[in-house]
Amino acid sequence: MATEFTPLAGLIGGLLIGLSAVVLMLGCGRIAGNSGIFAGLLARAPRSETTWRAAFIVGILIGTTLAVEAGLYSAGPLLFPPALVTVAGGGILVGIGTQLGSGCTSGHGVCGLARLSTRSLTATATFMVVAIAVVFVLRHVI
Amino acid sequence: MRVIFALLAGVLMGLGLAVSGMMNPAKVLGFLDLAGAWDPTLLLVMGGALATTWIGYRLTFRRTAPLFAAQFSLPTRQDIDAPLIVGAALFGAGWGLVGLCPGPAIAALTSLRTEALVFVAAMAIGMVLTKHIVQGRPSPKDTGLPAE
Repeated sequence: MATEFTPLAGLIGGLLIGLSAVVLMLGCGRIAGNSGIFAGLLARAPRSETTWRAAFIVGILIGTTLAVEAGLYSAGPLLFPPALVTVAGGGILVGIGTQLGSGCTSGHGVCGLARLSTRSLTATATFMVVAIAVVFVLRHVI
Repeated sequence: MRVIFALLAGVLMGLGLAVSGMMNPAKVLGFLDLAGAWDPTLLLVMGGALATTWIGYRLTFRRTAPLFAAQFSLPTRQDIDAPLIVGAALFGAGWGLVGLCPGPAIAALTSLRTEALVFVAAMAIGMVLTKHIVQGRPSPKDTGLPAE
């Protein structure tokens, strides 16, 4: 269950995620919020709103595949909770929460904090504290 | 060109999520588990991303408009309301339960693992339900601006 601290990979990955946010703002004037961009594809919308979103999501799939194929992914096999119902429950919570709270780790935690948004700071502090509490209960209390 | 930039931004996001290891839920849970064998990697991912974005945004906002759009689409709301807090808390609960947030979940689809597919499908259902049931009535949020 324990994973190794990989500071260099983490820092380089972080720089790439930041670069992604800057490229999307410079080119398209948009916040690189993964939940918002994905959710925007689930609603009926004009093509001007869906094409760039679809391109971004396809880009994520291409980027991930490139990194894995090039041997740049070194965090081992993906480890999920054993029960599929837990995975589904977590997914639903993440879907409801990011829609209701207008963002996730990228939109609030990276782009919002970089804009010094108080809403994003509040959201980031909230989801961090709750996630840490949930993991503590799951791993050390139950 | 706008689509090319969106695609490029997506590729960079995917590279970052994979290189940082964040697409593996174990890595994220290792960070969230402060009382266990703590893995601080996520701190450097967030720090690196935030520093890059902070500098890049400041340079970008010297322009009056983006390269390939009429204007910057930025959230304008500044009020801290209940949906923001409740939503962030529910998101945090799901994140802690599985170790996946939306970006890494999409990246994890490339593994073709059943769990990744189930998570993203459930996330999509949660988003659509919320949009139609909870946010069914027009609210100040529906300004045409993207959610963050």
